[in-house]
Amino acid sequence: MVTTENDILTWLEEVKDPEIPVLSLVDLGVIREVNITDDKVTVTMTPTFSGCPAIDYMKDDIISTLHRHGVEQCEVNVTFKDHWNSDMISEKGRKAIKKFGIAPPPQNELVIDLDILEHIQCPHCDSTNTEMKTPFGPTLCRSMHYCNSCLQAFEQFKPLQ
Amino acid sequence: MNEVAIKDLLYKMADDQLIIGHRNSEWNGLGPLLEEDIAFCSMAQDKIGQSLAFYTILNDMGESDPDTIAFTRNANQFHNCQLVELPIGEYDFSLVRHFLFDTSEYLRFDALAQSTHTPIAEVSAKIKGEIQYHVMHANTWIKQLGTATDEAIERMQKAINVAFPYALGIFEESKYEGDLITDKVFIGEHILRERWIEAIDKVIATTELVIPDLAAEEAHLGGRYGEHTEHLQPLLTEMTEVLSIDPRAEW
Repeated sequence: MVTTENDILTWLEEVKDPEIPVLSLVDLGVIREVNITDDKVTVTMTPTFSGCPAIDYMKDDIISTLHRHGVEQCEVNVTFKDHWNSDMISEKGRKAIKKFGIAPPPQNELVIDLDILEHIQCPHCDSTNTEMKTPFGPTLCRSMHYCNSCLQAFEQFKPLQ
Repeated sequence: MNEVAIKDLLYKMADDQLIIGHRNSEWNGLGPLLEEDIAFCSMAQDKIGQSLAFYTILNDMGESDPDTIAFTRNANQFHNCQLVELPIGEYDFSLVRHFLFDTSEYLRFDALAQSTHTPIAEVSAKIKGEIQYHVMHANTWIKQLGTATDEAIERMQKAINVAFPYALGIFEESKYEGDLITDKVFIGEHILRERWIEAIDKVIATTELVIPDLAAEEAHLGGRYGEHTEHLQPLLTEMTEVLSIDPRAEW
């Protein structure tokens, strides 16, 4: 049987962001290229943040997932070409993030200023009567907010240019 | 393109990121507020990740692997500016350094995103978005503390006066400035410095703080040529402590 790019992308749906286990790398928008030759599959990915410590973990996870599907020879490269921005998260990915309890990043607003971050929609009650506590959070890709309507603290997947 | 000039540019940027990253990480567990502790740790993680991206380009150009470059050189082989190696001091000093340095970084990577050297342009375009958050954080604090109590304003002003001559050292020109500009790899330190002064002026003007008189200030130079303050070597010794005890250690 010949392995196609579609097969590989379907299998990569099983590889999740280790910090947000409901979000696949495909929906996160970090898979750049799948290259299939007679003897090897090469997957190229790009980091969300250049200091993301999960990159090595995700690389290993891609390789073990492909092995599980019978791809014996595979490697993963990391590139900065066509770098990731938060608009690259798929619609399915955005829904998964919200369901997980994290506010998805605002769309089409990649010029980021405090006004945008100040009233992020609460993932629990959808109110925009919220405030940002800090543009940093438990991982590089998250910021911390508070909802004045449902009185819950929440995190946001940060918009990034 | 002049490869030696490009390597020189990469070394100074990578070393800046590595050293300020380690300094920022020293606030881990000591930040005056939990949010600030997290902010400095996140920025530290960003910077060290960014240094890795630049060391990786150097590695692709034939230099040693990133860990070897980062952890086996002595102070006189580092090309970072002296500003980033200074101890964290009190929080006022760390905030002022963060403001002066990160403003310059944002402008540097904004310019380098247009570089004719493709790997530098790609990494810079990426890093620029990350640094935007660092600048936002710095500006918030400069505006708040620069308009707060007399003590806050006095402390912040004192920190600016100490940090400023070192900040001017960020823009120390390399031997290859002309080549980099001609080949459109980089706009050059001189133009960058002008953009930086304009940007910091804009923020400082909203506060009761003042920028020292540029004509009267002498920049602390030498960092880009391996001349450092007494503070760098102890930092490097601490960073490489585990490696020195057991070079085969894995963690």
